This record gives sequence, C-alpha cells and structure tokens, in this order.
Amino acid sequence: MSCSCSFGDFSEGEGSIAQIKPEDQKPLPPPFDDLDEEPFFEQLSEEARNKYALLDDTIVVKIPVPATEEEEERLVNQFLSGFRKLLTAENNWTFLEPLMISLEHCAKCQTCSDACHIFEESGRHPLYRPSYRSEILRRIYFKYIKTGSTWVHGDIDLNWKTVTRLIELSYRCNLCRRCAQTCPIGVDNALLAREIRKIASQEMGIAPKELHEVGSVLQLKVGSSTGMTALVVKDNVEFIDEDTTERTGIEVETPWDKEGADILLIHNAGEIMAWPENPGAFALLFNAAGLSWTLSSDLAAYDGINYGVWYDDIQFARTALKHLEAAKRLKVKKIVVGECGHAHKAITVIADKIVTGDLNIPRESSMNILRDIVREGRIKFDKSRNDFPVTLHDPCNLVRLMGIVAPQREVIKAVVPEERFREMAPHGVDNYCCGGGSGFAIMSGLNFEHWRHRLPGRRKFRQILEAFQDEPMDIEHPKYVCAPCSNCKGQIRDIIRYYDAWETAGIYYGGLVELMVNAMEGVEPNYIDWEWR
Amino acid sequence: MEMVPYLVAYAGLGVFIVAVVMRIVMWVRMPMHVRWELYPVAHEAKKASYGGSYLEESEWWTKPREVSLVGELKVMVPEILFLVALREHNRKLWLHSFPFHFGLYLITGSTALMVLQGILSLSSGGAEGESALGSFLFYAIMVSGGMGLILGLVGSLGLIRRRLKVPELRDFSAPADYFNLILFVGVFGFSLLAFAAFGASFFKGVTAFVANLMFLNLTPFGAGIPALSVTTSVVLMSALLAYIPMTHMSHFIGKYFAFHSIRWNDEPNLPGSDEEKTIQKALSQPVSWAAPHIGADGKKSWADLATEGSDEGETK
Repeated sequence: MSCSCSFGDFSEGEGSIAQIKPEDQKPLPPPFDDLDEEPFFEQLSEEARNKYALLDDTIVVKIPVPATEEEEERLVNQFLSGFRKLLTAENNWTFLEPLMISLEHCAKCQTCSDACHIFEESGRHPLYRPSYRSEILRRIYFKYIKTGSTWVHGDIDLNWKTVTRLIELSYRCNLCRRCAQTCPIGVDNALLAREIRKIASQEMGIAPKELHEVGSVLQLKVGSSTGMTALVVKDNVEFIDEDTTERTGIEVETPWDKEGADILLIHNAGEIMAWPENPGAFALLFNAAGLSWTLSSDLAAYDGINYGVWYDDIQFARTALKHLEAAKRLKVKKIVVGECGHAHKAITVIADKIVTGDLNIPRESSMNILRDIVREGRIKFDKSRNDFPVTLHDPCNLVRLMGIVAPQREVIKAVVPEERFREMAPHGVDNYCCGGGSGFAIMSGLNFEHWRHRLPGRRKFRQILEAFQDEPMDIEHPKYVCAPCSNCKGQIRDIIRYYDAWETAGIYYGGLVELMVNAMEGVEPNYIDWEWR
Repeated sequence: MEMVPYLVAYAGLGVFIVAVVMRIVMWVRMPMHVRWELYPVAHEAKKASYGGSYLEESEWWTKPREVSLVGELKVMVPEILFLVALREHNRKLWLHSFPFHFGLYLITGSTALMVLQGILSLSSGGAEGESALGSFLFYAIMVSGGMGLILGLVGSLGLIRRRLKVPELRDFSAPADYFNLILFVGVFGFSLLAFAAFGASFFKGVTAFVANLMFLNLTPFGAGIPALSVTTSVVLMSALLAYIPMTHMSHFIGKYFAFHSIRWNDEPNLPGSDEEKTIQKALSQPVSWAAPHIGADGKKSWADLATEGSDEGETK
C-alpha cells in the first residue's frame, strides 16, 4: 500500500494521498483466489484528477478544485459554519447527543478497526480505518470550534484540502455501524461520517449527484428517483401483473389507491424497474393470503427509498412525510415496507421521532407479514421446489439497526429444504454490509464502481464464496444468494457481474418473495428462472 | 500548613463531584434525538440472545413491550467490571486496560470500606477498630487497596508501553494521552512505594485521614515520613480525582448515555404519547442551514421546511 496518512499529510500535498495495491489484498476463496486474475481496476483519468479534489484511487463527491484563494477560503468557512450549526439544538436536535458523545469520548483504542470490512479488505490501509475520519473531525472540533489545546487533543490544519478530503472520506464508509457495535464506550464512527455528509449537504450544498440531484430531489419532484411518474409506474406494474400471471398461471392484479385497505405496501421503485419478479411475487402472495392491501400513486409514495437517511436530515424528513401523508390519505391501518433495508429503517425507526398526530401511522416490516403467511399456513409451500443451495444476506438496516432477524429465517425454513440452507459467517446482527450501503450501490460515477467492488463489496463476496465452498463451483450447479433488500441486491448483482461469478461459479441472487413463490404449490414451477439479469 | 492536605482532599472531591454532576446534567439536558439504536439491545427480553427486537412482532404497537432490566444488568455488570467488549474485540489492549480499570474499582472499593470503617468507628465510640469486624474491614481495605494500586500501576504502565509500541495507537495519541497515563503511574506508584515502605500502617494512616475528613476533624496529621507519605498520597489521589472528569476519561459517564440513550433506546413513539409534544416542540425550532435546497431563512421551522420544501428541495 502507499499512503501519506499522518494527520499532517491530510492537509498537505498534491493529489491523492493513498493508493490501494492489489497485492496488499487478501486473496478471495476459490475459484477467485488468484490475485493476478482479479478484474481490472479502472484508474481515474488525468482530466478527473486535475478537475476534482483528490483523496485516494477514486472520486465520488466530485468537488471541483478551487480556482482562487477566495474559493479555498469559502470552502473552509462554509465547513466551519456548518460544523457550528451541527452543534446546536435548533439545527441538529435530531443527532446532537449521539454526535457529542462520539466527539467527546473516543479513547483512540482502535477496537473498531477490525470490525470494518473496508479497512480489512483494503489490506488494513490507514486511510480506511473507521476512526481516522472521526479523529480528523474531532481534531477540527477541539482546535477550531472549542479552541482547545492541540497538546490535549492533537493537531490538524484546516484548509480546503482538509475539507474536501474529509467530505470525500465520509463517502468511504457504508454507515453499516458494525464498528459502533464493538466500541467499548459507544462511539459511533458511522454516525460521524454521516454528520460530515450533513455539513457538506445542508450547509455547503455538496453531495453526490446520485444521492441528491437525481436522488432525493428527483423523488420529491417527480415521485421516484428512478424518474418514474405515477402514470409510468402504474403502467409498469400493470405489465408486471400480466407477466406474473403468465409465469405463475395465477391471475395477479395489483390494487392501486384503495382507500381503507389494511396495508399500504411501499416498494423500492428500483424493484419495479430492475427486478419486476419481486413486486410481482409480493402481489401474488398478498392476494393469495387474502390480505387487504394497496399501492399508492401519490408523489413519492410508490417509491419507498429515502436517500436523505444517508446524507441530509431535511431531505429525509420531507420524503418520510410524503410516505406518511399518502398513508393518511388512503386511511390505511399500517404501512408495510417491501424488500428495502434503508426504507425500513427510514420510515419505521428514524421517522418515528419526527411524526405526530394523524401522521403517526404504524409501520411494519414485510418480513413479519411474510412470516405470518407461512406460520398461519395461509399458503401451501413445497420446499422441494427450492432444491438448490441457498444462503441469506442480512441487510444491515433491517437486522443490525432494527433487530429484524428471525422472521426471514422462519420463512426460509418453510420454503427451502433444511440441508440446502447455509448461514454466512458471521450473520445476523454481526453480519457484514453488502458493500452497497449508504448509497454506494447506486453510485458508479468515474471509477467508483470499481473501488466499491474491490473494497466494500469484497467482504460480502468473500462470505458468499465461503458459504458455498462445499458445492461444485460452476454454472451447472446454481446457487442462490437471498438478499431481502433492493440496495443490497443491486450491490450483490454488481459484484457477481464484476467477478463473472454467475458464469464461473453459478452464483445467482434474488429476494425472499421470489423463493416463496418458487416453492408455492399450485403455481407454475421455475418462478426463479436462473436467467442472468 | 497542617490543614493543607485536608483542604486539597476536600477540593479534589468537590471538584470531582461538581464536574461529574455538570457532565451528567449536560447529557440529561441534551435535546431528544431521533432513534439510532443498535442491536442487540440488551433489554429485549427473549430476543436479545440473537439480537432481535419487538419490531419482529406482527402489529407490535398493539402488544405490550417486554423490557427486561435483568437483561440489561446481565450485559452492563460484566461490561463494567470486566470490559467484556474490549476483551472480545481487542484482547491485546484488554490485557492492559482490564487491570488498569479493575485497579481503579478496587481503590474505589477500598475507599468505600474506609468510609464504612469510619462510620462504624463513630457508632462504637472509637472501639470498632479493635473488634473482629474492625479487623476484617481493615484487612479488606488493605488487600483491596494494595491490589488496586498494583493492578492500576501495572495496567497504566502497560497502556503507556502499548501506546508507544503500536503504530495505530501512537499515531492517534496526543501528548496529553501520555501525560494522563504517566499521572496514574506517578500517583499509584507513590502510594504503592509508601505501602511497601510502611506496610499496614500506611493504610491505617489513610483510613484515619479519611475518618478525619468525614468528621471534619482537621487535626494535624503529623510530620514524620510515614505521616507525610499518607498525606502526600491522599493529596495526589485527590488531584487525580479532580482531573479525571475534566478529560475524555469522563467516558465512564458518557458511556451510560451512549448505551441507554442511544444504543438501547428503542422506545417507540406511540400515537397520543407525551413524546409527541416533545417532537412538536423540536420541529418548531428555526433552522438556519445555508444550502439552497434547504430553503432556510433562520425563521422557518423544521416543520415548515419538511412540509413546504424549497425550490431546490422539490417537495411540492
């Protein structure tokens, strides 16, 4: 590895301060264990290197290099102004206490480091140590906000390079909070990464385009970050109903805007675009189980995503309110979130403390509904139809951050032969992030996708390979990675494609409801068609 | 001059109490924050073992929530006493940090026993020291105090060594981090030397000094070397006591809030709850974030911005 990662270096020098070398990385399990045959890692172009502020081998935020001293100063002043606001109850009551505890109490013991998949898979590169960016923020806090002694808290120079590199560095964390789980004191490096993102977005107007401009802004403007309007989404779902009917032999019709339904089901609209078999399976299962449910065509309510959860509290609140207002208008008893981890956490847990009165509508995970369908025997399943190896990915938002661990396993137990299922190691609340968390799965500008696969996604890929090591690793023996989260599914798809693991090792992926429909009695077989997409 | 050690001891204790109370008040007065729990949550009665939550229950808002204090204690007590998280995730550091912290607990326990001895002595007109209970208490004071000093010294020396030796610890350390540990070495080392030099009479002296402090009996403590070692030891300990809450070592307070207010705070906001009023108050605060998409002007509240949006935030 190559690195100039002392705290002094962070504010100095030209260009990127750290590079990953493939030989520093631990080889993957077979058949991907030859480091010399790792996929190509695209390098940044000279144009990009000259145009944007640099941190390491990639760029995601794309902050232009300031052209004048005034611009340099503006970056520093805006950052400090935002940091000061972050420390006020008016502007940041949402996270002030967690922020202060993490700023004030780190013992710098580095216990968090080994928990971080990015740090580990980088070959333990100092730049990706979870406490590194926190320590920079902490030193700025003590030196420039509290004007404390650097003898006590350590030194850092705050200039435009410090600011831009720190903002880029805040997007080298999946916000999975696995490191926070191990902290003996309760310090949360992921929270600090998110707070840095908030300064950038809420004060400086700086955020990755995929999250903001074509993310939360687009969703609040047209209804979905996919760009689908209500008319388009209805049309697409109608097509999905027809296709599902044809594939399963069972008539499927998705209800829209049904006032007084028990359930408002909110999907991640990415499912409708990329994995139509998922909303199709939901519709089939909910109808077959006799549930009273509906989708909503209200603005933003047919897309459960809430990208604000990754970078901006105000955008988060705006989106969450749209979801709740739709539920209120339809007079449903509850909102049920489809297979999307961050949508689960956003609407169920975080939004819990921003809603009152008639907007305080109960929210529940679809995992519970699916578990109840199985438990109550509302649908008959023939698990021999899923006679292939299956492993389960635990989405961080659903599991570590919400404690929904058992329902999806109860479903799998009912639809997959016991000897065919194997857990990843570790799993449950100790799981590793897929590598696409905190918005990474939808970010691919410049060469960020390559960095995403070579570092954050590598640990999940390693886990998947380890889970299937007792199976023949070829396409003749297909294996199923069940990922009940749209974001995780996208990342797992991308990493399988990056390593060509479908063709090479027969590794396929999909959601939970697809497994259920595949095992459903009375349904045409092979709902899972093993066609790469 | 003879009263100086007493005054320093009172000052040290006073500063410690005031600083700790101020810290606690600061955390208690923090505004409500959004939920940010992290599983496993220890008070989940039947689900904590695998990290599950009440959110796994169908229509969880219609069911009574089981919160297990025993579950919390089962995690908290071993964590406080044995630093379980550190042992599990950073065994090499734990080998030094555990004796350091456990030494502090033993010294605290020894001091508490001195206070108990003083109370018993008062109630028995000063004859308690000669009873079987008095003898037992004194040996307990001496053993816990002596062990505490040894463990604390070994632990703090080990922590200095590790901080100097391991690059990732060294790179993150400020001069004060070493100073803090050297301070512990100095204070524990001095008391341990005095104990080695004067044996049981050292702890007898400290116990008597603590009794004098308790009953405002500020009589001169003597001028000989044994007496001087007792007063110096108490002065050093008092200064250390006052210093701890001024530093990041006040994490023993912050840790409580980190766990109870954040990691394990899974309290739901049910419709009609008192919490809704707190939320409304929070949402009515003015926002001054400067990014154009926020649309803040220092007057519009969270509720305004979340519902109305801005031209660039595109909520309408």
